[in-house]
Order: sequence, then C-alpha cells, then structure tokens
Amino acid sequence: MEGLHLSLHQREPIPLDASFDCMPGEVLALVGPSGGGKTTILRAIAGSYRPQHGRISVNDETWYDTDAAVCVPCHRRTVGMVFQNYALFPHMNAAANVMSALRHLTRRERTARATELLSLVNLAGLEDRKPAALSGGQQQRVAVARALARQPRVLLLDEPFSAVDKATRQRLYREIAELRRVLDMPVILVTHDLDEAAMLADRLAVLHRGRVLQIGAPEEVAVKPESAEVARLLDLRNVFDGEVVHHDPDSGYTILDWNGKRLEASHRPHWSPGARVSWVVPEGFVLLHRRDRPSRGEHENPVRGSIEATFVTGQTTHITLRPHHDAMLPVHFTVPSHVARRNKIVTGVEATVSLLAEGIHLMPAQADAHAEGFEAHQPGK
Amino acid sequence: MDWTALGLSLQLGVVNVLCLVPVGIGVGRVLAYRRFRGKGLAEAAVALPLVLPPTVLGYYLLVAFGAASPIGHFWQLVFDQPLVFTFEALLIASIIFNLPFAIQPMQRAFEAIPPEVREAAACCGMSPWRALLSVELPLAWPGIVTAMVLSFAHTLGEFGIVLMVGGSIPGETRTIAIAIYDRVQAFDEAAAGQMSALLLALSLSVIALTFAFSRRVGRQLG
Repeated sequence: MEGLHLSLHQREPIPLDASFDCMPGEVLALVGPSGGGKTTILRAIAGSYRPQHGRISVNDETWYDTDAAVCVPCHRRTVGMVFQNYALFPHMNAAANVMSALRHLTRRERTARATELLSLVNLAGLEDRKPAALSGGQQQRVAVARALARQPRVLLLDEPFSAVDKATRQRLYREIAELRRVLDMPVILVTHDLDEAAMLADRLAVLHRGRVLQIGAPEEVAVKPESAEVARLLDLRNVFDGEVVHHDPDSGYTILDWNGKRLEASHRPHWSPGARVSWVVPEGFVLLHRRDRPSRGEHENPVRGSIEATFVTGQTTHITLRPHHDAMLPVHFTVPSHVARRNKIVTGVEATVSLLAEGIHLMPAQADAHAEGFEAHQPGK
Repeated sequence: MDWTALGLSLQLGVVNVLCLVPVGIGVGRVLAYRRFRGKGLAEAAVALPLVLPPTVLGYYLLVAFGAASPIGHFWQLVFDQPLVFTFEALLIASIIFNLPFAIQPMQRAFEAIPPEVREAAACCGMSPWRALLSVELPLAWPGIVTAMVLSFAHTLGEFGIVLMVGGSIPGETRTIAIAIYDRVQAFDEAAAGQMSALLLALSLSVIALTFAFSRRVGRQLG
C-alpha cells in the first residue's frame, strides 16, 4: 500500500467526511471555500488534530486509527509541512531553521545538508539571515527547505502561496513545478485558488463543509463537475436548470429545454427524456458572434440578448449577457479585450453568443442546489 | 544600615526566583495551551494574591504553617522544628504571594507563540521536551525574565506577609523591609532613610534593566 490513504469522519465540532488516496510523487490539491475543512485535514495528517473517527496510513505504516486506538504523535510521523504563514522559528537564522528538522544527523552532516537544501530552493548565501530579514518569498523557500529536510513520507502545503505578492507567486509556482521532479512522496496542497490547483496538481479534491464532493484531474473537474454544487464551488457561473427533451443519436446530440429554448448538447443517452437536470457551460465554451457581420454559419445554440455588464481586467473582458428568452438567466463569458473593443461591446447593446454543444455538461437536478451554492459563495464563508 | 537584613532579603529573593521559574514555566504553559474544566478558577486562584490584602494571606499562611495544622505538624515531624517564624516559612510564603508575578508574564509569553510555530516544531521531529528547550523557551524568554525580575523586586519589598509568618528575627526572618519599619519605630530616621533609598535605587535599576533587555530581545525577534 504505497502512498497516503486517508479516511476521516466526524460530525462535530468541525464536520468531516473525507476519504482519499495520494500516490508517491502525486500532487493532490484540496480546494474549496474557507472553513471547508481543508486545513483541518492537513492537521490531522500531521498529527496536530485528532478527528473522532478515521484512519490515516502512509506506506504500510498506520499513523492514526480510531478503531485500533492508534495515534502516532506528531513528531514521530515524518511529515514535512509548509504553513500558510510559514511558521519559521523567528529566533533562528535560515540555516538553523532547516537544521532544526535534521536532528537525526551529526552536527557536521546537518550543516552540509542545510546548505544543500537552501541552495536547492535558490537561497544559497542567505543562510545567516533571520526570518525577519527575509522577504515573503524567501521565507516561503526556507519553509519548503525545512519541510523537505526530514525526507518526509508526506509533504503538506497549506496555502503556501497566499502570503506573497503576485509576481513572487508566479516565480514560486515555477520553482515548485521544477521541484516536483525530485519529490517522490505524496504531496497534499491546500488552496482556494483553482488556477493554482490546476497548474500544480495532478488531481484535485473539491471540499465543502468537510465533505469531499468530487476528486479528479483538474481539467476534468473544471468542465465536468459532478453536481451543481461542485460547479458553483469551482466558480463556474453558467449553471442552469433544464429538461432533457429527446436524444438524437444520428446527429450525436441530446436536446435540452432551457426555459423554452431548445439547446443541443453532446449525446448523453443515460439521461432519460423528461428528466429534470442541472447543466453547466464553462465560460470557455461560450462564443461571441461578430456584431458587425452576422454570420449564418454560427447556428450552434445561438442565444441572443442584451449586454448587461462588462468588466475589464487587463487583456481580458468579462461580459454578462441577459438572454431575450429569459432575462433571469444571465450568461457569463470572457473575451480578449481587443475583441470586446472591435465588436463595440458596451452595456445595453444587443449581442449573440453560441453555447458550444461539446461544452454543455449535464448534472443531476438539485432542488436546493441554488440556495446552497450561493451561500457557499458569500464572501467570508 | 542593617546589612544582615539586606543580605537576607537578597538571599530570599534569589532562592524564591529559582523556585518560581520552573513553577511559572510549568503552570504558565498549561494555562496558555491547555483547555480544561475549571481553568477560569485556576487562573483566578493564581491572581488572588494580587487583590488579597497581604495581612489576610499572611494570616491564612500563619494558620496553615502552625503546629496545629497538618502542614505545620508534618513539618515538625520531618524536620524536628516548627515551621512558623523560620526562613523556610518565609520562602514558602514568598513563593505563594509571588505566583501571579511569576506565572502571568510567562503565561502571556507562551500564549504569544503562534500555535503553528509549535506545530512546526513537532513537524520538524522535535519531541515536546526538545520543542520546549529549542523553540518555546527562547521565544518566551523576555516574559520569563520579566517574571523573574518582578518577583525578585516584589520579594524585596513585601512587608505584611513577611511580618505575619516570619516575625522579625535578625538573621532568620528580618528582611530589609521589616528592618526599615523597625528603625522608624526606634526613631532612627537616618538608618531608615538610607535603607529606603537603597531599596528604591535597587528596585528602579532592576526594572529599568528589564525594560531595556526586553526591548533589545523584541528587536532581535523582529
């Protein structure tokens, strides 16, 4: 049983219902809103939190098992952990911070290994600096070097990029991606940033209120969420309700009724006609038609409406369209800013978009999904 | 100038601080990190000597140390001499009335260490003892020094409790604070004035040194 195997369950005080495995060399990202139990799971793996029921094992070694009353104390678990604010020892310089995790070696070996680790994270020459004299990015690297020092069986990263500025973060992403090649242990990354998870992780687990809702490859989860709840947690905003009308195997489409509007979706025969469904179309599958020259060719699920809002972030413009057939169902999409300018996309003008059939993904209908999803998106939740 | 009394006071202060450091670290740490039933009551008990009149505390200690009480009786059995009006009684009383001065600064110092830093120590493979020595004590050091200085200075100046449980036996229980009172009663204002001035200077310099020290350590820790 190589890798990390975890299964945790409790109702109170922090609800947990999570089971997953992580293989050596694999990066598993735990994503979801704050307070979803991500850090609690990391702390349970590290041994500083004890859930009421559960089992955690790493490479044949059981660290925690409530049924067998096993609980290996934190300092005997050989984990490496990078904390959100790094938790460096402020009274020790960079080298001593790394050496504090190398007590199993002789003094001379410790110094040599610490120097080696600090140069692995590009900090050679800064060994004598105390944390207060290091920048955020440098502190993060010391924390990574310290976490790797014990040659941990599991590496835990708790939002390791949240406390540095954007430019530093980009550089650290590249360094971590580089470092991954030499890491042969399971790596658990906690983050609420989906792009970060998609960039660094092999798989992601979507967590909400301590429950794992879906695990899969980032690109899979991002376009094929298992439920409307997952879609909303992943910030996919084009989530709607609909009804399966019929299947057309010849053309390869499943026809969907969207509040009176017929849509073609990729053929999904397992949904029986008449079934109520939720469906999502990720923003990348919403195509803006040219406004100056209406195209006859763009017949694929055309939706006409008026532009309600535009929001420019650098090279990208975020657009909200209120469809004419039901203005209560806004469609969100993004285009390069030059496309928005060329098409004179401003609030109030008419526009048409295509919802690409291959991007329309059907999910089970959820009676209360709407309310729950929105609650999850309230700031601070 | 009663040099014997000054020597006795300094001796009492030093021994008292040496006894209080482990007590303060132990109790301060438990109060800072653990959650348990009755914690509020425990904290109140620690703080009690701050608000209780010294004579009240002194009275209870006198009763507790007396031969009629189990403690006094036990002491008599083991050491073959009464506990009251001895240096040992003075020391035990000093430890008790200095508990808040020793424990509270240490408790605050331990509380100020971020929980993640302690978790990081465990993740680095440090046993709880190793983490205490390598991480917690160095970080809590300014609080520990403050506690030591406060209890030392407070012991030098304590009067009411000392008089109640120690009396005024020269070389045994007559501290400098008692000696000053003694001199005033004997209309020896010159000696009382000298000793008061010395105590004032001593207390002021000890406190000033502590403040300077904690500022320096604070800068070092960033």
